[in-house]
Amino acid sequence: MAVVSAEATPVATESDIVTVRRLVREASAKLGFSLVDQTKVVTAASELARNTLIHGKGGEMELITLNGPRVGLRLKFHDHGPGIRDIQLALRDGFTTGSGLGLGLGGAKRLVNEFEINSQPGEGTTVTVTRWK
Amino acid sequence: MERIPILRMGEYLLVTIQVDMHDRLAMTLQDDLTNRISETGAKGVLIDISSLEIVDSFIGRMLGNIASMSRVLDADTVVVGMRPAVAITLVELGMSLTGVRTALNVDAGMDLLRNSLDARKDTLYGSSIR
Repeated sequence: MAVVSAEATPVATESDIVTVRRLVREASAKLGFSLVDQTKVVTAASELARNTLIHGKGGEMELITLNGPRVGLRLKFHDHGPGIRDIQLALRDGFTTGSGLGLGLGGAKRLVNEFEINSQPGEGTTVTVTRWK
Repeated sequence: MERIPILRMGEYLLVTIQVDMHDRLAMTLQDDLTNRISETGAKGVLIDISSLEIVDSFIGRMLGNIASMSRVLDADTVVVGMRPAVAITLVELGMSLTGVRTALNVDAGMDLLRNSLDARKDTLYGSSIR
């Protein structure tokens, strides 16, 4: 799988969430994603960036453009926060430890093609999502 | 501090969201709108989101909150102009904006608010005297 470009951007403030949305929008448009697919991946990125900020106490997003046999966009959200104790529970709609609706993680999963989550309590969380063109 | 303007037109308040909102701006709008409804006694709120490229769960929740709060303050809310791609994404995300009235565009939204206000006046004063 050919990685064309990879860049990291901080997710430490609320304005960073807006920046993440803009970067993902630009990258998906550049890859020729349809408008609906652009909207889906940007929305997923927005949810995950907010999780990184609120639950992970800040972190970063790595944006990877894939241009191998398949064209796609991969986003890695990484934080050094408290981690997720029960991933299955965290993925369930309506479950939240914050004050939100509990749609972020499960909702983001539905908006992408591949979804992977790695979390160690006390060490942090990495969520990797891929949307193929 | 950055704010989204709220316009008053007769018994209605109009809001057009034209920027990519960060979360605090969305919260500020929610507070400003409830204050303005209570100050002006507005009977309807129209929120135009045709410029919004995405609505995530945070903005969706804000729209739901505004609708609930304005209802408690005796005003109707209608959200207009949602882009088709946004609608598709929102439903897939798991948000169907229950309790939020929507219309395709500003015209249809204003009709909805006027009809709803007329219906409320009818109930209040009886349709025979109109």
